[in-house]
Amino acid sequence: MNVTIVDYNSGNISSVINSFKEVAKDKVNIEVTSDLSEIKSADKVVLPGQGSFKSCVDALNNISGLVETLNEFAINNKKPLLGICVGLQMFADVGYEETETKGLGWIPGKVTKINNQNGKYKLPHIGWNQINILKDSKIFKDIDNKSHMYFVHSYEFVPEDKNVISATTDYSSNIVCSIEKENIFGTQFHPEKSDKIGLKIIDNFIKL
Amino acid sequence: MLKNRIIPCLDVKNGRVVKGINFVDLQDAGDPVEQAKIYSDGGADEICFLDITASNENRDTIYDVVEKTSKKCFVPLTVGGGVRSVEDINKLLNCGADKVSINTAAAQNPEVVVESSKKFGSQCIVVAIDAKKNGDKWEIFTHGGRNNTGINAIEFAKTMEDSGAGELLVTSMDRDGTQVGYDIELMFKISSMVNIPVIASGGVGNLDHLVDGIKLGNASAVLAASIFHYGKHSVKEAKEYLDLKGIPVRI
Repeated sequence: MNVTIVDYNSGNISSVINSFKEVAKDKVNIEVTSDLSEIKSADKVVLPGQGSFKSCVDALNNISGLVETLNEFAINNKKPLLGICVGLQMFADVGYEETETKGLGWIPGKVTKINNQNGKYKLPHIGWNQINILKDSKIFKDIDNKSHMYFVHSYEFVPEDKNVISATTDYSSNIVCSIEKENIFGTQFHPEKSDKIGLKIIDNFIKL
Repeated sequence: MLKNRIIPCLDVKNGRVVKGINFVDLQDAGDPVEQAKIYSDGGADEICFLDITASNENRDTIYDVVEKTSKKCFVPLTVGGGVRSVEDINKLLNCGADKVSINTAAAQNPEVVVESSKKFGSQCIVVAIDAKKNGDKWEIFTHGGRNNTGINAIEFAKTMEDSGAGELLVTSMDRDGTQVGYDIELMFKISSMVNIPVIASGGVGNLDHLVDGIKLGNASAVLAASIFHYGKHSVKEAKEYLDLKGIPVRI
């Protein structure tokens, strides 16, 4: 089996690569590439993302044919895809970080700045927070409700259809932190930095 | 609820830990990778490496250390010390660091913070503020505490937030190494001034100091070195103590 991590110059993805390789050992092949044919032939795709919504969308668009290839993979062929952090946020129709930017439009909704209640809460939302599991997501197999995950973000995904939300976390408000819609998965937190429990989520995705 | 973080810091020189945990069953007490792994297995919320390598020719040793550590530790890894340029930051991130802390370079040229936070995202840019009290204000020191810039630390903190820093690592030079506790006044002043998280550092001698850093200093995270070295306290003990004192921690 091939799990392909999309390398589209979206910032630092070493930790994502290291964690997937640690979980996969030698049993599963972990590819890191921007090559369209390799992405097409992958069994599963991981879409990481660091920096701003706009910088990630721009980076995706800078690789000719990448967005079309991802659409074909996730929407037409319905193969499993995991978005991490801004990788998840890009599922939305639109994001408002830096400037209004069109997202992939896979899951109707928008990405807006977390309401920090006039400075009452620090931003970015950095550190370990507990997740409230709302539905039985496949990537949460053997993950306890209220498990701690590592977060770093100032923007949140607000989907229109609340049924896609698989977990939330409590900060200045109730923040969507995990999504499952058919074959599309996403986490706002960083499973690659969430210690053993995070690696378990990666393992669950690899074993889908 | 967001938890307050405990961050053990390891001083690394020429690729070796200078002060570290002294456990009998440790195969190589000077190996930063093994030490970091002990901390992360013990519940450390993040790991921090401070590279204190003096000579330029040995500077590359830290890259090797970061690369090996990031393959073993799956909690966030912050690396600081001697970070001068956007290129230095790029190299550390590529080796597997999750955040890079910038000290001297930020004070000399705030553009480094602006440029790097734009390029890599604020989430990985930590500005390290080494401050010393002078009369009724605090001033920024650089070059590992040797040079006084005369820059007002509180104002500088705000400038760094505006420049794109994701977090501030605030160290009191007066308290560093004294084990008498954080400079609470400094932590509180900076934390109240900015909207980004503040990591308190410098002066921890016991577990109550960690409690004070969070409760009185309003820090989001507490960094300590010596108390975790030589087995005086484990990270687990520290967390249990904070929990007992009503501070939210990840246990």
